[in-house]
Amino acid sequence: MKAGATRQARAAGLVSPPLLWVLLFMIVPYLIMFTYSFYTKRFPTFVPDFQFGNYGTIFTDPQYYQILFRTFKIACLVAVAALTCAYPLAYFLVFRVRRPGARMILYMMVIAPLWISYLLRAYTWKTILGSEGVLNTFLVWTGILAEPTDIFLYNQFSMVVTLTYIFVPFMVMPIFTALEKIPPSMVEASKDLGVGPLRSFLFVTLPLSMPGVIAGLTFTFCLTFGDFIAAFLVGGPNGFMIANIVQSQFGAALNWPLGSALSIIMLVIVLSIISLSDRLERSGRLDLG
Amino acid sequence: MDSIIRLNHVTKRFSGGVLAVDDVSLDVARGEFVTLLGPSGCGKTTTLRMIAGFELPSVGRIHLEGDDVTDLPPYKRQVNTVFQDYALFPHMTVSQNVGYGLKVAGVPKVQIGPMVNEALGTVGLLDKAEARPAHLSGGQKQRVALARALVRKPKVLLLDEPLSALDAKLREAMQVELKHLHEQLGLTFIFVTHDQTEALVMSDRVVVMKEGRIEQSGSPADLYDHPASAYVANFIGTSNLIEGRIATSDTNGLVVELAGGRIPLEQAHHGFRGGEQVLLAVRPEKVRLLPPGQGDATNGIVLDGTMRDRLFHGDTYRFEIDIGDARPFLVDMQLVSLTRHTDVPQPGERVRLHLDPNTVSLFRAES
Repeated sequence: MKAGATRQARAAGLVSPPLLWVLLFMIVPYLIMFTYSFYTKRFPTFVPDFQFGNYGTIFTDPQYYQILFRTFKIACLVAVAALTCAYPLAYFLVFRVRRPGARMILYMMVIAPLWISYLLRAYTWKTILGSEGVLNTFLVWTGILAEPTDIFLYNQFSMVVTLTYIFVPFMVMPIFTALEKIPPSMVEASKDLGVGPLRSFLFVTLPLSMPGVIAGLTFTFCLTFGDFIAAFLVGGPNGFMIANIVQSQFGAALNWPLGSALSIIMLVIVLSIISLSDRLERSGRLDLG
Repeated sequence: MDSIIRLNHVTKRFSGGVLAVDDVSLDVARGEFVTLLGPSGCGKTTTLRMIAGFELPSVGRIHLEGDDVTDLPPYKRQVNTVFQDYALFPHMTVSQNVGYGLKVAGVPKVQIGPMVNEALGTVGLLDKAEARPAHLSGGQKQRVALARALVRKPKVLLLDEPLSALDAKLREAMQVELKHLHEQLGLTFIFVTHDQTEALVMSDRVVVMKEGRIEQSGSPADLYDHPASAYVANFIGTSNLIEGRIATSDTNGLVVELAGGRIPLEQAHHGFRGGEQVLLAVRPEKVRLLPPGQGDATNGIVLDGTMRDRLFHGDTYRFEIDIGDARPFLVDMQLVSLTRHTDVPQPGERVRLHLDPNTVSLFRAES
């Protein structure tokens, strides 16, 4: 009994520093923010209060709920676009590249951009899509366009392209891992039972790789949902996302209560997505052994 | 012979240059239980995978019931495989696994149910129809894999070391069960294993492979009693391989000179010239121990030796006897009801060995 108590005390001693850290720098700030979301804005600052007006504003003022909806839409588009690019790539790496060495090098090439500054990668697209950019220069040079166009940059299209490019490694990684875990004998068994390659993929490989797909969708959706730098660089006025609004509420607009309420709503959406994906992954967790 | 599978000079060279199967020709009769036996890397699995369609032969043709199937993909061949790791689909229940091929092929649902149940009944797993593979034991997974292959009514059933993952007791039970299943279904089985006991117990015919080639093919008894090479003699069962030299060779027979003495052999072993280096192979259980001083040389071969060690196996004794050769000579003695342990020779005792010349195989020594 006494030994057990000592062991418990030791265990508590071991985990308490990180717990304390999380408590001080995560839980407490969240609670503060949560409290602020009920405050009232009174020029030039705000006063403590308990009212739901901030939340009301978000759901009644089109300026807010439309951007919330737009952010949701862009996050969905990025997740789907990343899936469309990443799945064939991961499939190719796992099933078509025979030599393990070559496979690892190609995989590292997909991951390597993560070590390059986010800003730099987003900025790259500005130089590609801009009116003086690579794409325009090329189109004018080939004669497809008579003069440079500005339709490529500063809109939701450029947002989706840039964010897809930035977050696609987060889709490739889980799908690659999921596909790599599927024993080659699974597809062979399917073919052995008279099922052709396409349907073997649909009925065996795809369902077995679903945990990776769900994880990838969750990563890319949540990362996009909270992004605000891409909007600055390539988004333009129509590319503004919810995180940009939050930032301006805490900055220029000096409306911390509204910013807090927006943050809480974002937090709820992201946490819902994560717990949903966690549940899906759990129900689909398969013992491949 | 009504051959259902014919391999015609099949060779497989992998892209890395490894020669896995080297000019193998094999006819499998309808209803036969053929085992491909050999150590890992002998080409047995590659041969099976070429029959299944997972590998393309580099050279040679494969025929199924007279039709050339060499270039057909696996999903167009009427053969089915039981995989070494079972390869059950983890996201489907047992009955979904078994019915998978039928469902995708478009067999009406009302027919799939009874067919799946029949296949599961054959392997005795009806009560697990709704279970997931993850909740089955190794032996049960094995049966599901078998049912899944059988439900398609293949012309040939291919089994790739299906018992290697099971524990010894279960493996023995499954050997008997597979043998009965084969008799009951009248189906052609091609079985791959590295376990010689498995091969001997189940097969009508055993094909011993070595380095991509067929070393010997024959009935289990044939292979055991008349191995064609020292490799086969050593791979199937245990053999005493004694180095010797042909002392004389004439129409009356041979005399082989061993470290422990000279022994005469009958005419049955011909084709050896005087002075050739040979290996003499005898099974440990084909040798009798004689009390010292007893035994006449006219009827059989007698060797003298010293008991070095004796190992008690319960039903048998294995003796290690020094007959002057580098390796000890092994003799197995079956313990019958009258044997008393005190009658069994002790280590250090002089013993005489009696060999029946008909049980001795002679091979040219490989340089």
